[in-house]
Amino acid sequence: MTEMTYLDAISDGLREEMRRDETVFCLGQDIGAFGGAFKVTDGFAEEFGCDRVLDAPLAENAIIGAATGAAIEGMRPVCEMQFSDFIACGFDQLVNVAAKMHYRQGVAVPMVVRLPSGGGFSGGPFHSQNPEAWFMQSPGLKILAPATANDAKGLLVSAIRDPNPVCFLEHKGLYRHVRDEVPEGEHIVAIGEARVARPGEEMTVIAYGSAVHLALQAATELGEDIEVLDLRTLCPLDTEAILTSARRTGKVLVAHEATQSCGVGAEVAALIAAEAFEDLDAPVRRLTAADVPIPFSPPLEQAVLPQLDDMKEACRELLAY
Amino acid sequence: MTLSETSVRDATRLDDAAQSPHDPSERELPTESGLLTRTDRLALLRYMVTMSQAEERGLALYRQGKITGSFYDGCGQEAISVGAAFTLAPSDRICILHRDLGAHFVRGLSVDRYLGNYMGRAGGVTGGKDGNMHFGDRSLGCVGMVSMLPAMAPVATGIALAFKMRGERRVAMTFFGEGSTANGVWHEAMNFAGVQRLPAVFLLENNGFAYSTPNELEFRVDPVERAATYGFPGLSVDGNDVEAVFTATQGAVARARSGGGPTLIECRTMRMHGHGAHDDMSYVPPEMLAEWRRRDPIDLYEARLRENFGFSGEEVDKVHREVSAEVAAAAEAALSSPMPDAVIARRGAFADRWEPLGDGDAPWSQSGADASPGGRAGR
Repeated sequence: MTEMTYLDAISDGLREEMRRDETVFCLGQDIGAFGGAFKVTDGFAEEFGCDRVLDAPLAENAIIGAATGAAIEGMRPVCEMQFSDFIACGFDQLVNVAAKMHYRQGVAVPMVVRLPSGGGFSGGPFHSQNPEAWFMQSPGLKILAPATANDAKGLLVSAIRDPNPVCFLEHKGLYRHVRDEVPEGEHIVAIGEARVARPGEEMTVIAYGSAVHLALQAATELGEDIEVLDLRTLCPLDTEAILTSARRTGKVLVAHEATQSCGVGAEVAALIAAEAFEDLDAPVRRLTAADVPIPFSPPLEQAVLPQLDDMKEACRELLAY
Repeated sequence: MTLSETSVRDATRLDDAAQSPHDPSERELPTESGLLTRTDRLALLRYMVTMSQAEERGLALYRQGKITGSFYDGCGQEAISVGAAFTLAPSDRICILHRDLGAHFVRGLSVDRYLGNYMGRAGGVTGGKDGNMHFGDRSLGCVGMVSMLPAMAPVATGIALAFKMRGERRVAMTFFGEGSTANGVWHEAMNFAGVQRLPAVFLLENNGFAYSTPNELEFRVDPVERAATYGFPGLSVDGNDVEAVFTATQGAVARARSGGGPTLIECRTMRMHGHGAHDDMSYVPPEMLAEWRRRDPIDLYEARLRENFGFSGEEVDKVHREVSAEVAAAAEAALSSPMPDAVIARRGAFADRWEPLGDGDAPWSQSGADASPGGRAGR
């Protein structure tokens, strides 16, 4: 085990997969000699050559589409969107071509789209979004959103080895602020399995990505017996883990940084309402971003994105219900 | 020098026979080229006739209510998909669009599976999961289209990228209409293919209209001229001349296979039916259709086979008779084949494993002499 940052864990997983499997290659903007906007592929061009760390033109449909074609032919492309917001520019290739390919024609598309996402740093409306719900409505995509360095590496490895298009949401706010123990060498975290990040009995916060850390900090500061369930995979959802925790604690707060309406939280809340209604002691609550674009100025951004105080308040309310 | 001159000059270097398609005397291909045998020529005719008759039968079935949804055909464009696909080796790959039924047949698809797909039958290529021309038989190295045009251009580009990365002498081919060239995705694909010098061959079918929108409202400059700005040759050929299409494409395929990069080939043609069977084409001047009807690609080729290559009328008629029997039997087979079991409707969104596409038929007598065998990923 080595302690490393979330960012280094992503690099580590990607590097090891490229060493292990020569069909794995990276495709994205400024990822070659420059090493990527966030330096995830720093040093990759030197080790693997520019043909496997391929700088693409500013053309997201070409990136996603070319990855789709290469994947059909047996390569394992890992695309980098410079910011997850820009997947909008390649959306057609992702949701209409790649996602539907296997259902329509029985043709597997083993590719990963890395999506640096999330706000909290005055990135403004086009560098701060959390687009996971866009993908949730597109059957055929697997969707991952790790919160720890350990999971970032292990899930990225699983994503690369998966025979389907996988959206890999890596929260920019976690890149250099989250650091934990990560196994050296091969490390696999299975897709579709949630993780109890903090066991508890009084209530459950179901979260993923940056909201997991907010929930853990709130639970510690409140000193209450709060369980934190880290979803890790958004599609396919670990419904069993969600229902098990909801049934045990009877009180659930679903928390994410993405906007509220028709988000992952809505899906989780609907699942609990349908399957665990009899076990609930309180209504399922949500803590999310407001349904507005992410504003630029710090006080405005903080007013839109869930903050630690919001998390503590939401937990207190639910515990007191 | 204009861009047009640049691309034509490149095209001339690429293939002398493909230039100046406007003048029939210059368009005449060298019969001694050795590229096409007598059997090849009969095959070209047979595939075009099969496409035409299969579509004619499909249209009748649609009008009889036996095909649900919508119906699209490539009437008048038979020479393009047939002539282009005929150049491929088994291990090449092709993304086929909705005016290109002939390419499916060249790669080995049977007519009943085409009609079955239109009818939503279990035996259709997609087993009922997708309809009309949205199919590609994976076992024949074909990848089917989606409705968004030209969404398959980046995919073909990616297939070509895989071939290049692995150092294989294989080619990716795709088609698109001139309407697609107005879309940004088309530019992204062309640009990327040019930057990476990918082994891709792009067939641009300029059939006059994007649904109802005529060329003059689609672009100011003929899109084939844009090829020069992407750094690869753009040729313009008579899309109703199957051997002109074949010859231009064969040169482009050979060039791609040897590492020379992509080629854009504009095939000038006319969509003789509406965008779909629901479209009465009232926006097309009747005299324009009449003019193009005199240049029907099958009629033109039959005349040429008789007059230039010594085929008898009986040989040509026999092709029609045989295809007619084949299509009739295929329609019967499709009509009597079962509908899919509804249990599959909720299955298959995700793959359990990756498997390679199969190789397609390659009926041309010289196909694949210099191609790599079908690739397998190193895993």
